Amino acid sequence: MAKEIALISENFLVSHMRGWLDVSLRFARERSLGAAGAIIVLLMIFAALLADLIAPYDPLETDYAAMLQGLSSGHWFGTDSFGRDVLSRLIYGSRTALWIGFSSSFLGATTGAVIGVASAYFGGKVDLIVQRFMDLLLSFPLIVLALVVVAVLGTGTTNVIVAITVPMVPRCALVIRSSALSLRHTPFVEAARALGFSHWRIIFRHMLPNVMAPYLIMLTAFLGQAILLEASLSFLGLGVAEPVAAWGLMLRGAAVEFAERAPWMAIFPGLAISLSVFAFNLFGDSLRDALDPKLRVS
Amino acid sequence: MHRYILKRLLLMIPTLLGVAVLVFLMLRVAPGDIVELRYAGTGTYAPKEALDLERAQLGLDKPLWHQFVTWIWGIARLDFGNSMWTGQPVIHEIAIRLELSLQLALMATIVAIFLSIPLGTLAALKQDTWVDYFVRVFSIAGLSVPSFWLGILIILGFLIIFQWLPPLTFTSFWVDPKANLTQMIWPALAVGYRYSAVATRMTRSAVLEVLREDYIRTARAKGLWERVVLVRHALKNAMLPVITIIGLEFAFLVGGLVVTEQVFNLNGIGMLFVESIAQRDYMIVQTLVLLISFVFIFVNFLVDLINACLDPRIRYQ
Repeated sequence: MAKEIALISENFLVSHMRGWLDVSLRFARERSLGAAGAIIVLLMIFAALLADLIAPYDPLETDYAAMLQGLSSGHWFGTDSFGRDVLSRLIYGSRTALWIGFSSSFLGATTGAVIGVASAYFGGKVDLIVQRFMDLLLSFPLIVLALVVVAVLGTGTTNVIVAITVPMVPRCALVIRSSALSLRHTPFVEAARALGFSHWRIIFRHMLPNVMAPYLIMLTAFLGQAILLEASLSFLGLGVAEPVAAWGLMLRGAAVEFAERAPWMAIFPGLAISLSVFAFNLFGDSLRDALDPKLRVS
Repeated sequence: MHRYILKRLLLMIPTLLGVAVLVFLMLRVAPGDIVELRYAGTGTYAPKEALDLERAQLGLDKPLWHQFVTWIWGIARLDFGNSMWTGQPVIHEIAIRLELSLQLALMATIVAIFLSIPLGTLAALKQDTWVDYFVRVFSIAGLSVPSFWLGILIILGFLIIFQWLPPLTFTSFWVDPKANLTQMIWPALAVGYRYSAVATRMTRSAVLEVLREDYIRTARAKGLWERVVLVRHALKNAMLPVITIIGLEFAFLVGGLVVTEQVFNLNGIGMLFVESIAQRDYMIVQTLVLLISFVFIFVNFLVDLINACLDPRIRYQ
């Protein structure tokens, strides 16, 4: 009996995995640009996870004997004005970028989705008040709101995550609310209500799973923006603080000062930012086309 | 129409008031104020009395509602208070930098329009050819490349190839147009490229959509020149969503200004904003946020108006 159950669950797992594999393969075949983006994203994730193994040097280790060295077999991407290895800092920088990017877009999109669905579900006055507040937050350009949050909380990794999350919330809430409005009077929501389920159970178990497509679209669209915003904040000196390895921070100060003598300091971190945001944008675009039939071009 | 304009203008007041309350409260709950920061900078020990005296001079000892009412009442009389750092009137600090930032914003918008409309149209006309792919990759790249890095690359290129740097001191356009433009065109390009990205994509899809319309087929069927079909019939109708997106993407422009002014060492509004945040200069930060939000809301309002003028089908109530 136990064996059978094990077999069945294994079969289920295999068929489930195969389903995922099929979907991924079809995505790769039909949307090659998106798949290319996904591969770059995966490479970045591996680099971030295995940073301890693949980075040739400690990203924080200063070596004043090797300041501003050019590209060599010892330092593939050269060294910075403290003699730190640029390649190692780039690899560890992907950790900072991905951690801040993923956590702030996940937090922002999820909070926005819950607010959007709740606002649509309750309707009436709640909806009106929530929408006015979201409109208020939307009247700040993205970076301005993030900078104000930094002004309140100060710099540092956690504060930067909050600063990037806050402006994402109203943007997601707006989109999710409009998809959730049509769910409000569907039979399954009415049935759930008739069964006497609590509001939050209906919102989380019945409505939220049905706005997954716009949620995923917003989430992936935020990823690139979040990484770019983190880089901008760090570049301005209002993001993560030294000596953490972060791409935006690497472009700050010394990179411009020594631009003529050591252009690699300015070129590689910018390439890393652009490539990763580019990859996330490509992937997000293709995902949106795949998930949103309305946007499909015949 | 006049009633609609008036209503929209009046509706801005509660929104801006909301923005003012929000920013004011956010900045005041921040731990550590400008007085502590200033004394921390000097490194000397400051007795509590000295700190309190300083706070009293800046009006920070008053209750929150009192500070807020003073600030708003001042704004109503166009008195924006004094910078907490330099003691200069806020309006003066902003005024001396406004020309530079406005010019940069205007030039970046022009760059964006001149990049996005031709490229987007071209991509639509050559749909699914290498031209189309190139334009699409070019525009996605524009969204991905940080404008500050593009700025750094421009400077780097000039330094290495020509051993030349754009001038660092700002010359007004009215004083010496040539010197002014040699300085301002590079940051405008860096900001404008990014700004153009979304508009290019919007132009492409709008033109594609319009080209499938019946009236385009009619225009072609009656033997009009392709150029007339394109410019008079297609582009004119495709421009509506493009104008909308250029207005909505105004946020990108602000973001671009903030970081690009830093790269090119331009003492504009963006730099003032970043400095004031680092120095906790509440008066300047809250006034600037209010100003930026006002411009943002106003631009969106203008976009709605332009759309209504261009498209007789849109009639506002």
